[in-house]
Amino acid sequence: MDELHDLNTMPVPSELRNNIFITTIDRFVSYIYNWGRKRSVWPMMFGLACCAIEMICAAASRFDIARFGSELMRPSPRQADLMIVSGTVTKKMVPQIVRLYNQMSEPKYVISMGACATGGGPFKEGYNVVSGIDKFIPVDVYVPGCPPRPEALLHGLLKLYEKIERQSVRSVPWYQRGESEAIPVPILGPDLIDPRRLPEIRARLGELQAQQGSSPESSL
Amino acid sequence: MTAPAKAKAAPLAELKGDLAVLKEKFGDAVQPAEYEGVVIANGVLVEAARFIRDELGYQYLSSLTAVDYIQEGYFEVVYHAYRLEGGGPLVFKARTPRGVATIPSLVSVWPGADFQEREAWDLMGIRFAGHPNLKRILLWEGFHGHPLRKDWKEPYYEEEHKPFSSRWPSGHHIRAEDRVFWHDNVQYPLDWDPDQAEDTSDEWLYIGMGQFARAETGERVEPKSLRTERLVVNMGPQHPSTHGVFRMVVTLDGETIVRLEPVMGYLHRNHEKIGERNMYLQNMPYTDRLDYICSMSNNLGYAIAVEKLLGIKPPERAEYLRVIMAEFTRIVNHLWAIGFLLNDLGAFFTPALYAIEERELILDLFEEAAGSRMMCNYMRFGGVAYDVSDDWIARAKELVYNRLPRAIEELDRYLTHNELIQSRCQGVGVLPPDLAVAYSTAGPVLRASGIPYDVRRAEPYSIYDRFDFDVAVRYNGDVYDRYLIRIDEMWQSLRILRQALEQIPRGEIQAGKKQYMMRVPAGQAYGRVENPKGELGFYLVSDGSPNPYRYHIRAPSFINLTALNEMCKGHKVADVVVILGSIDIVLGEVDR
Repeated sequence: MDELHDLNTMPVPSELRNNIFITTIDRFVSYIYNWGRKRSVWPMMFGLACCAIEMICAAASRFDIARFGSELMRPSPRQADLMIVSGTVTKKMVPQIVRLYNQMSEPKYVISMGACATGGGPFKEGYNVVSGIDKFIPVDVYVPGCPPRPEALLHGLLKLYEKIERQSVRSVPWYQRGESEAIPVPILGPDLIDPRRLPEIRARLGELQAQQGSSPESSL
Repeated sequence: MTAPAKAKAAPLAELKGDLAVLKEKFGDAVQPAEYEGVVIANGVLVEAARFIRDELGYQYLSSLTAVDYIQEGYFEVVYHAYRLEGGGPLVFKARTPRGVATIPSLVSVWPGADFQEREAWDLMGIRFAGHPNLKRILLWEGFHGHPLRKDWKEPYYEEEHKPFSSRWPSGHHIRAEDRVFWHDNVQYPLDWDPDQAEDTSDEWLYIGMGQFARAETGERVEPKSLRTERLVVNMGPQHPSTHGVFRMVVTLDGETIVRLEPVMGYLHRNHEKIGERNMYLQNMPYTDRLDYICSMSNNLGYAIAVEKLLGIKPPERAEYLRVIMAEFTRIVNHLWAIGFLLNDLGAFFTPALYAIEERELILDLFEEAAGSRMMCNYMRFGGVAYDVSDDWIARAKELVYNRLPRAIEELDRYLTHNELIQSRCQGVGVLPPDLAVAYSTAGPVLRASGIPYDVRRAEPYSIYDRFDFDVAVRYNGDVYDRYLIRIDEMWQSLRILRQALEQIPRGEIQAGKKQYMMRVPAGQAYGRVENPKGELGFYLVSDGSPNPYRYHIRAPSFINLTALNEMCKGHKVADVVVILGSIDIVLGEVDR
């Protein structure tokens, strides 16, 4: 609220100080808009692993996510505002997650729930595990834990509210001109391929092949 | 670090009883194996398997897995078959040189070998000659290499065994991303052409389904009947009904299912590869994350398998605590399963809310005993990690005598005779008893089909032989019976809990002193427990070092899915969701 009452810089008679409200249109619109939006963040009904069980518990009666207006889990990405990446992201699954993220309509947010989604967690060394979903999609809030307790997820949600509160309608990416770009969907080849890195991979593999001559057994 | 144990000549198994009969029948094609069981020559494997099933009466193939003996230069496939009347396993093995890597498929004898052989092909690279659908199952078509081979290294490979010298004793490690060439968890074969980068994994799947559809439409349609088209429909991996990241591809005739293929691996977290790098105790918290609703009973299964190798027995109080935790876990799991079965039936979330209300109270007990709600990491080899207070026992009794019976009764009262539930569940997804055995299903799925097979009774572990309880069994094998059997089992669990909570003695909770790095004698062991979802087995091969040489998990959810196609044929799409819910899978265990 403080930034809205910018009374120090404006000459306002003292008897009116409690009755008027000075702001810019941008701030006012952002405030109303964010206030309305942050209290009804609809998560996508989307569970990956163990953390999904705690996410369900957060929605159940004891922890009751409905107190914060986020109880409406949408099975369709098109109706959801928030993707809670709840669990281990595997290489086989990540193309689907990126596709789902691309299908969500803006404004959209991502909570990375638990150690696995954040950085690979206990399974990081595994050959089929992605070292954190933020290698592919932008993450707004990280919730640590393995799995995080439902309270921790709710805390993460409150942190997301704080983030939404601070956003300005003028500068958020989804009200800029033009279309926002979709994230290229990873490809499953001999290993997971990030299409954004393909030129780099092509160049470096070419170098290596020229150096060593290709032998089918070796890999890097 | 301790030096690796000296390689000793492993003792050969003595051939007694049924193994001797097998030897007599097949002569030199059957040879005694190290530690346990026999090695059967590939030429007579299928014939011998049929003999084991039909003549010797080992009708139930529990586990099939492969071990890579890289120094000896061969792969070994290990089969554990059981009699339905109970008793120990008949262990038989088949070997193939690493270069050839082909073994006859046993799908024609036990259809339940289907997924397990596909898994062995996927992860170990053993071809099963005669397998009807030998595709990768956990990874995708096109993946480079077979990860469980001992000479295959993952991108973040650091050392063969933990503790890694970068972490202990020197205590510094570098981020894995900074150590590897691509700064990410990826590796590409040098002869691979990045210009060919396209995802062909799904193509393989749909080509398979398409061929099937074409072959089927080749038949003439009855002229008077309505002409229908076959349609291939994809469900999942993101689908609200699939309990996680499970995927099904169904071929439909109109709205009727002709064929269903489960597709999995979307949560394949490389449990077995990591498990072979870990030390024995380090695997305990990983077992929590197998079937993440039942972490306590997963712990128990692993502890029992390692204790078989170690040859130790936990003290009395620890045994009782184990049983108490395992039975509470069964109630947690069945409450959850019933709640979410109702979700699948369309009664969205309200029944589940009621069903998981009591779960929270049991989790409170777990949290007090183990320190964590879900990932308990409670069992140790030869005991449990922490003792519980008298107050804990009193609160557990309050739950067992008052609160839980009321909760189960409430579910029973509102659901069992509910007309909607009966009409949606009765006669849906029927699995006849002979098929239930042939497909190696376990747990409630097997017992709802009229086979009273429960590991707690068939081959008692821990102290289950002391308690008075009945093995729940139902005879129709449909979704409704699979629901009822869970209610029955919860009542039986309460019976066991009452006895255990009354009888629990005071005393030690750990045999010997607590050990971080233990030396496990060389050998092979298959430890199995009756998990809420079915028979959970751990197959361990130890070479005497502090790390398991082979660490395989027989996951009940995974093997129960083998029968899904059979259960779904002829039903509608909406029923698939219910049938899947009635099997009660957890993806952490399916994909491992």
